[in-house]
Amino acid sequence: METFLGLDYPTLWFLVVGALFSGYGILDGFDLGAGAMHLFIKGDKNRRVALNAVGPVWDGNEVWLVIGGGTLFAGFPVFYATLFSAMYIPFMLFIMFIILRAISIEFRSKEEMKWWRTMWDVSYSISSGMIAFLLGVVLGNVLKGFPLDSNYEAIDPHLTMFLNPFSILVGLTTLALMMMHGAIYLTLKTEGKLFDKVVKMLEKCMIGFIVMFGVLSVFTLIFQPHLAERFKDHPSLFFLPLTAILAIANIPRLARKKKYMQAFVFSSLTFSLLLILVAVQLFPNLLIASNDPNNSITIYNAAASQKGLGLMLTIAAIGTPLVLAYTFIVYKIFWGKVKLDEHSY
Amino acid sequence: MDVEILSRIQFAFTVSFHYIYPPLSIGIGLMLVISEGLFLKTKDQRYEVLTRFWVKIFALTFGIGVATGIVMEFEFGTNWATYSRYVGDIFGSALAAEGIFAFALESSFLGILLFGWNKVSPRVHFMSTVGVFFGSMFSAIWIVVANSWQQTPAGYKIVGEGMEARAEITDFWEMVFNPSSVERILHVWVGAFLAGAFLFISVHAYYLVRERHQDISKLGIKLGLMAATFFSFVQLFLGHMSADGVAENQPAKLAAFEGHYYTDHSADLYLFGWVDQESKEVYGVKIPGGLAFLTQFNFDGKVEGLDAFPEDEIPTQINAVFQFYHLMVGIGMMLIGLSVLGTFYWFRGTLFKQKWLLWTFVFAVILPQLANQFGWFAAEMGRQPWVVYGLLRTSDALSKAVQADQVLFSLIMFTFIYTLLFILFIYLLNKKIKHGPSDTHLIDHRPHQQGINDFFSE
Repeated sequence: METFLGLDYPTLWFLVVGALFSGYGILDGFDLGAGAMHLFIKGDKNRRVALNAVGPVWDGNEVWLVIGGGTLFAGFPVFYATLFSAMYIPFMLFIMFIILRAISIEFRSKEEMKWWRTMWDVSYSISSGMIAFLLGVVLGNVLKGFPLDSNYEAIDPHLTMFLNPFSILVGLTTLALMMMHGAIYLTLKTEGKLFDKVVKMLEKCMIGFIVMFGVLSVFTLIFQPHLAERFKDHPSLFFLPLTAILAIANIPRLARKKKYMQAFVFSSLTFSLLLILVAVQLFPNLLIASNDPNNSITIYNAAASQKGLGLMLTIAAIGTPLVLAYTFIVYKIFWGKVKLDEHSY
Repeated sequence: MDVEILSRIQFAFTVSFHYIYPPLSIGIGLMLVISEGLFLKTKDQRYEVLTRFWVKIFALTFGIGVATGIVMEFEFGTNWATYSRYVGDIFGSALAAEGIFAFALESSFLGILLFGWNKVSPRVHFMSTVGVFFGSMFSAIWIVVANSWQQTPAGYKIVGEGMEARAEITDFWEMVFNPSSVERILHVWVGAFLAGAFLFISVHAYYLVRERHQDISKLGIKLGLMAATFFSFVQLFLGHMSADGVAENQPAKLAAFEGHYYTDHSADLYLFGWVDQESKEVYGVKIPGGLAFLTQFNFDGKVEGLDAFPEDEIPTQINAVFQFYHLMVGIGMMLIGLSVLGTFYWFRGTLFKQKWLLWTFVFAVILPQLANQFGWFAAEMGRQPWVVYGLLRTSDALSKAVQADQVLFSLIMFTFIYTLLFILFIYLLNKKIKHGPSDTHLIDHRPHQQGINDFFSE
């Protein structure tokens, strides 16, 4: 098997996918989170500011999902096919909320009527929250695994298979993390009374996330002990969860000191660190077959060909600096507090 | 209904709905590049008013295009899992390239295009417009490459057998430049340009007959007519090229296009007609030997008929394929006629007095949209029963883990949400058009730094 920097291609691509989803979580995370708390912001002007805080960037952030999904499809088609067809209902709901959210952002401020704006505010907020929740639910199911046959197809996936206590908990924790992240983002983009309001909401979001994270951790250790095995086998890896906990603990500390930019960096780090934990635990599995470990989908049996992965790695190597440059330029241009003008949503 | 037919209906429905928007984004993108470019060159404020107005319409079509586009990527996995496993290795690099080179470019610069008027200098804004336009063009390249590979697979090998079989890439450039890629990309691009140009013409024709925004609209309709005239002729040539390609690479599809059942010499070309699938006869107006001439420049040439292929390797809906193909061609001809007529009156200086023609232009916006849809119907239905021509059958490409009730649920969901989306789209489009470009003098908030470096320091 061909290698680069001592890593084989499937492993490298696993890292690429991980990096992209981590980037997606960080970027779409704040606009989904800001959307989920939208209804708690009162007053039309305030809501417009909150909406326009994500206005110029939400579309670009969603691109990461398209690219992330594309890299998963491209690199691990077997995993993509099995996961998406087994999780049919959550993915279809996810798509519906993605569309509903785009419509809501686009249409909300196009009419003056109060009922019109309230209607879109509600659908924007609910769809943002549901997207965050469903992302977590799917992640929860991946972590938990489900029965697979020897062709790596899900065995008899029934309509409500995706709804289990563990996955729901992961979903709620994801939502809480994104709301905290979104609240921090809003502190950077707002001023005056709205800013004070957002700071208060941030406090609640931080408590919410830390509670959810604690509950999920305990639940995992009791009911999903397989998710901690790798760390038991390699105690040196314990520095990872430790770092994650320190990063999380640092967020309220920085928020109290009003260092919101740094708090944003740490909540972004939290996304990456938690995903690294997931990756370390799963590797080299992508989806564990709960009936027979031999049927588990790994990065090797799910991977595209060597040739295909090599091509994709080349494309990613050429393209990534470009994407980072565009993203940087756009954020640079729209840096700073939101000012509504005639082009705003 | 079974999973197969439901999944096919759902994919056809979602992809057709999606395809209302990307051609408009590409086509309006082209018109934006032209008009904003002319503004920078001539400093004529009217071009800026025109650009700002069309950017608003562009935003509407682009936003819906992105949201409805994610659906297909997901459906590959949810509804067509076997297909995903089969083609994953081939589509992988094409989709990766699409995401990284095209989609990221267009979506990032879209923010500046829409919201950056007062943040960056006119020159940087124009560069963003060009970036978005190029991004959408690149996007079309990679998507059509992937689809063309399904029509004419190349640069691959098959590994595994039976349901385990899958295609592996052996040569990237051979895959990208598979036999039908280039002509189909060009055909799709120009179809999109025509969709944009005719929307441009339609809206400005509407203003002219309503005697509003006349100054801007006279300018707009001329830009639109220039693009429409040029590209409708180019499309005639490209369409012919595409049909030639089909004749060479997918003879069964060509035979279905023309309802050509029996292999013989001097095959006929139908202008319009009706295929009786029972008796295998076509009734209609034909040019004797026309098909033979078009494909081989010889009225007596031999063209393979549907009888040259096994019964289970040709499409079942011959009449539908025939009709969609002929409607597309017919509309293409109408577009040429309309644009030539418009240009003719323009050069005689009486265009703005021809109310009947302007009214025709207002409604002609639907024509390129229909031609784009019908062209794809013909291309995709004509490929059946294959999803990958000659390699993978549509009936084998399904997800085994998905049941009919799930697909029925999502199909109902899509019907509901797309109906809502379409009503809102038409409502807002209508509203924006009614509101019109701002004719009052622009309050100029635009910064005028020189060059791209300055906006880093603000």
